Amino acid sequence: MQTIEQLLDEAPALQGLAPEHRATLVGCASNCVFADGERIMREGDPSDAFYVIRDGAVALETEVPGRGTIVVHTLHDDELLGWSWLVPPYRVAFDARSLGTTHAIALDGACLRGKCEADPALGYELLKIVSTVFVERLHDTRVRLLDLYGKGAGA
Amino acid sequence: MPEPPIAYRVAEKRRETGDTWTLRLVPADGAAIARCAPGQFAMLYAFGVGEAPISISRIGADDAVVHTVRAVGAVTNAICAAQPGEVLGLRGPFGTVWPLTEADGRDVVIIAGGIGLAPLRPVIHELLAHRDRYGAVSVLYGGRSPANLLYMSELEAWRGRFDVDVDVIVDVGDADWRGRVGVVTRLIPRAVFDPQSAVAMVCGPEVMMRLTALALEDCGMSRDRIWLSLERGMTCATGHCGHCQLGPLFICKDGPVLRRDVVEPLMRVAEL
Repeated sequence: MQTIEQLLDEAPALQGLAPEHRATLVGCASNCVFADGERIMREGDPSDAFYVIRDGAVALETEVPGRGTIVVHTLHDDELLGWSWLVPPYRVAFDARSLGTTHAIALDGACLRGKCEADPALGYELLKIVSTVFVERLHDTRVRLLDLYGKGAGA
Repeated sequence: MPEPPIAYRVAEKRRETGDTWTLRLVPADGAAIARCAPGQFAMLYAFGVGEAPISISRIGADDAVVHTVRAVGAVTNAICAAQPGEVLGLRGPFGTVWPLTEADGRDVVIIAGGIGLAPLRPVIHELLAHRDRYGAVSVLYGGRSPANLLYMSELEAWRGRFDVDVDVIVDVGDADWRGRVGVVTRLIPRAVFDPQSAVAMVCGPEVMMRLTALALEDCGMSRDRIWLSLERGMTCATGHCGHCQLGPLFICKDGPVLRRDVVEPLMRVAEL
């Protein structure tokens, strides 16, 4: 059985953090498992956590009247789930549902914000990690806005 | 002057998605076009409507020619409306081929977007038919939605093999979709290949190919081992009319399969 400290040390998504910063996160972290179909976050709820997915998959989705559930993104091993904990109004933007069994490390948002305020160096390093995720997903979203596979868009 | 089309009869027709059909064509009166190679295309003629360049999507042992066609305009709508027994015209095959010789002994990464899987399907068949000649083989496929994915049963069969890695991603999923949602470039870091020696073959919308090539380069693959299949308004298919001209290249005869280092400078010129 691994400790939460070991899990944080081994998480590829957190390798950008110095060991002492990862150690600081231990007090905010917990190990968690989600069953197939289990709701991890619900749109509109207060965002009080983010997750490092150890293994498994999570669908980010929303309900569209007349179309049902639309999955806008899926997240997989070593990816980060949730960034609304970082910016006001700290509200979840999309539903998150486990696809199969998902193991993750949960990090308490309020706890993290407190530690980042107290230690700006940690805050900066953590923001660099989350910003990378922001940029990748914004880029992907822009590409999908092009509707490359739609009619009239070429091959 | 281009050769006149040869008559082919629609022998089978299969609906792939809401607007895409696969047609198996057989010679109507004995005459046949030359044997096709993976990557090539033919000019498919709907009599009384017009002609369109369509890639070969399967190469069999007989004279049959298989095309997967998306109904996006007058000609392709007419082709897709053709019923078994009806006759279409065929010219070809035209163009360059996927680099199977260069891929010999190397890892191969096949990356398709949308209907771009159709021109790559014959090369996948070839790789799997001679599996021992190649290193790791990855097939990465991106589509608009689960309902818009081509060749689902074949994708499942390929995925069931232990000697090929198949990964599929869609732009938007629904509640029943258990696979990945996102852009096809996100599959590249997960694929197993040696970036120093592997060969990549990419087909899809031009923007998708540009982004995919960049993602491959980010993994360490050099431009001279990335091949793209371009579509630029091929009309005569013989390099005379100039409709498909891209700088010094005529895509119908110098392409459609071209190496990234050859076409990348041209693809960046907005006026071309």
